[in-house]
Amino acid sequence: MPARSWLIRGARLVDASTGMDRSGDLLLADGRVLKAGEAIREGDVPPGCAAVAGDGLVACPGFIDLHAHFREPGYEDKETIATGALAAARGGFATVCCMPNTNPPMDNASVVDYVLRRAREANLVRVLPIGCVTKGRAGRELAEMWEMAQAGVVGFSDDGNGVADASLMRQALTYAGGLGLPVIDHCEDPSLSQGAPVNEGWVSNRVGLRGWPAAAEEVMVARDIALAEVARGRLHLAHLTTAGSVELVRQAKQRGLAVTAEVTPHHLTLDERWVLGHDSEGPLAGPLMPWAYDTATKVNPPLRSQADTEALLQGLQEGVIDLIATDHAPQALADKLVTYDDAAYGISGLETAVGALLTLVHRGRLSLMTLVERLTLGPLRVLGGSYRELGTLRPGSPADIVLLDLDGEWVVRSSEFASKGRNTPLEGVTLRGRVVATFVGGQPVHSLLRDVQGEPVESAR
Amino acid sequence: MALTVQPVVQPAVSAPVGSLVDGSRRHILDLDDFAVEEMELVFTTTDAMQEVLGRDIKKVPTLRGKVVVTLFYEPSTRTRVSFEGAGKLLSADVINVSASGSSVEKGESLLNTVRTLQATGADVLVVRHHHSGAPYFIARHLERTRVINGGDGWHAHPTQGLLDLYTIQRHLGRVAGVKVVLVGDIVHSRVARSNLWGLLAMGAKVTLCAPPTLLPYEFLQGHYRQPGHPWASVEVEGSVERALEGADVVMPLRLQRERQQSGLLPTLREYSKMYGVDERRLARANPGALVLHPGPMNEGIEISPQVAHGAQSLIEEQVKNGVAVRMALLYLLLRPAAEGGKR
Repeated sequence: MPARSWLIRGARLVDASTGMDRSGDLLLADGRVLKAGEAIREGDVPPGCAAVAGDGLVACPGFIDLHAHFREPGYEDKETIATGALAAARGGFATVCCMPNTNPPMDNASVVDYVLRRAREANLVRVLPIGCVTKGRAGRELAEMWEMAQAGVVGFSDDGNGVADASLMRQALTYAGGLGLPVIDHCEDPSLSQGAPVNEGWVSNRVGLRGWPAAAEEVMVARDIALAEVARGRLHLAHLTTAGSVELVRQAKQRGLAVTAEVTPHHLTLDERWVLGHDSEGPLAGPLMPWAYDTATKVNPPLRSQADTEALLQGLQEGVIDLIATDHAPQALADKLVTYDDAAYGISGLETAVGALLTLVHRGRLSLMTLVERLTLGPLRVLGGSYRELGTLRPGSPADIVLLDLDGEWVVRSSEFASKGRNTPLEGVTLRGRVVATFVGGQPVHSLLRDVQGEPVESAR
Repeated sequence: MALTVQPVVQPAVSAPVGSLVDGSRRHILDLDDFAVEEMELVFTTTDAMQEVLGRDIKKVPTLRGKVVVTLFYEPSTRTRVSFEGAGKLLSADVINVSASGSSVEKGESLLNTVRTLQATGADVLVVRHHHSGAPYFIARHLERTRVINGGDGWHAHPTQGLLDLYTIQRHLGRVAGVKVVLVGDIVHSRVARSNLWGLLAMGAKVTLCAPPTLLPYEFLQGHYRQPGHPWASVEVEGSVERALEGADVVMPLRLQRERQQSGLLPTLREYSKMYGVDERRLARANPGALVLHPGPMNEGIEISPQVAHGAQSLIEEQVKNGVAVRMALLYLLLRPAAEGGKR
């Protein structure tokens, strides 16, 4: 019988919703936050409460991932909702939005119902489905958005494809706007990027692969910002990767448009040189090494130049980019054990996201508070009012909590992933900062904790 | 683009490429990792192989008991036949596998195919593949068999590069300071890329001449002029007349018809008028300038028949040198430990 209440003593509490960053206690009871802040007297601890020492740990609201691929239904060899949800729990994410490029695609209420049922069966993290913009993700006719909204989708996206037809995109923004939901935009003009697995520039030239130009993203960002202005809808730009896109979003926000934007951990922390397979000392000019063309670095949009990475980080710091989303894209082993051109796109990112992002904090490039904000309140701005209880440690809110050991070093071993997707470019890399526990609704769904008696704290589910 | 700052997170892997000089090199994937002394060793070894080719009985027992497998996913005449010939002249057993007629047609993956070839005892695998990087992928997944890149996508064709360098060295006595002009489809050319690495390492002066749609992005954007850029010394010249002024070596590249279909060129006719190397244009080069072509040629498009078969053309000699260079490479890669090779 899992404990009904939990006391985390003496952790550093970081909560962007209140601006709190202090050492204190956290009491969770009956699925809610009871207290967060002041030291809690023994007399106030409910009977049967499980206590853990929070010394050296950061406690913050459970992270929210606005963009993940759980592959179910249809591609259960790559991931299932159960394995994806466990990967999320391990990665510190209490809430995950899953993309509709399943088979069949999530373009109608039946598939939404199925996904939600599988998520309830997994009973780990909150799974919020995203429905298709168009039927079959084919880009021709709008999907039944109202019915999907009734079934519980939190937004619409043809992710993996953009909506090529500008008129249809305009209608989608207007119609979804009427439902109060965002259109999540995969910005790619395929006529410029078709068959191009790497960023256009030095690296594409160097390895002889077709280049995916920054312009293929930017023309769609510019187009859809213009459309959002006339459509009166809410536009969310997924996985932006270029300095030019950041600039376009900056201008749109200055004009007061309802535009939000996200960036992935990999586009913030890795750049195109990873395709060359250089070791840490290797200059850009060095020879390709036998481990060049590592298909784990193949992702859409591609890893970009260092200048782009810098601009994304700056945009994130300034709030031009609202949030970080993983674009967790697990793939089966065989889909990556081929040539670079033949390999499937995607990085399995849920379990490495926080460790990689904390690199930026350790280097002084991002404050912990900003990082927490971009992983909690940022996504909530896109999700809107129904979810405003999440992402905070305020008493009374759902007890979705993540505990971090900022200095805990660990080596990425994909064989130990909960995700079926072992496709990570970070294989063997030492990361500093790990997720020690994730609570959802007051119960641990991932735990490396020991209680005050020194016994391991089992996850509840 | 900053060239010096490292990525935030560092890759975890590292391994040396080795050298043919001390026998520690395992694979020949491109010329970007070849030291000058390694290329010079290839040239002197090639000279010795030329001597063998000049004999009445050309066969020597050097690689008896070794197995050379050629695996070609793309059509090829020169590269495949010259590797086969080179292996046979050195008494290796040569097995030719092509994508058609093998289990590749039944859908066998590249990985399973090459692991099968390793299991059948291949000592060296010569691979031609239409995807850039395929030889790197293969090399990572073979423990015993060595890999020679016989041309991968747009990326590299190191043995062609070496035979071009050897041919220049043989005729001009040096590569350093020689002006080499590559004309045509640079962006899609694995020959151009491998030649660039080799020529620049040996100190040649390289000029690229192409319509801007067929130039790599780096050159189009001028990024290559940044200090420290490995291609900073390359000249780019849009006019073929100006490019050929003072050239010692002229290398027109094959222009594939698809380039017109994909909108990179209006017509082959216009290309030929603007960039085709003919006698009139060749006259602007230094007297006796060498004409090389990696083949197969589109006579009348990138090169006129008069130039292709003229007195300055070394195109047939390139093919002959190709056999000797590949003999040298097979020998240097497979030679026993007593002769300097490490196992």
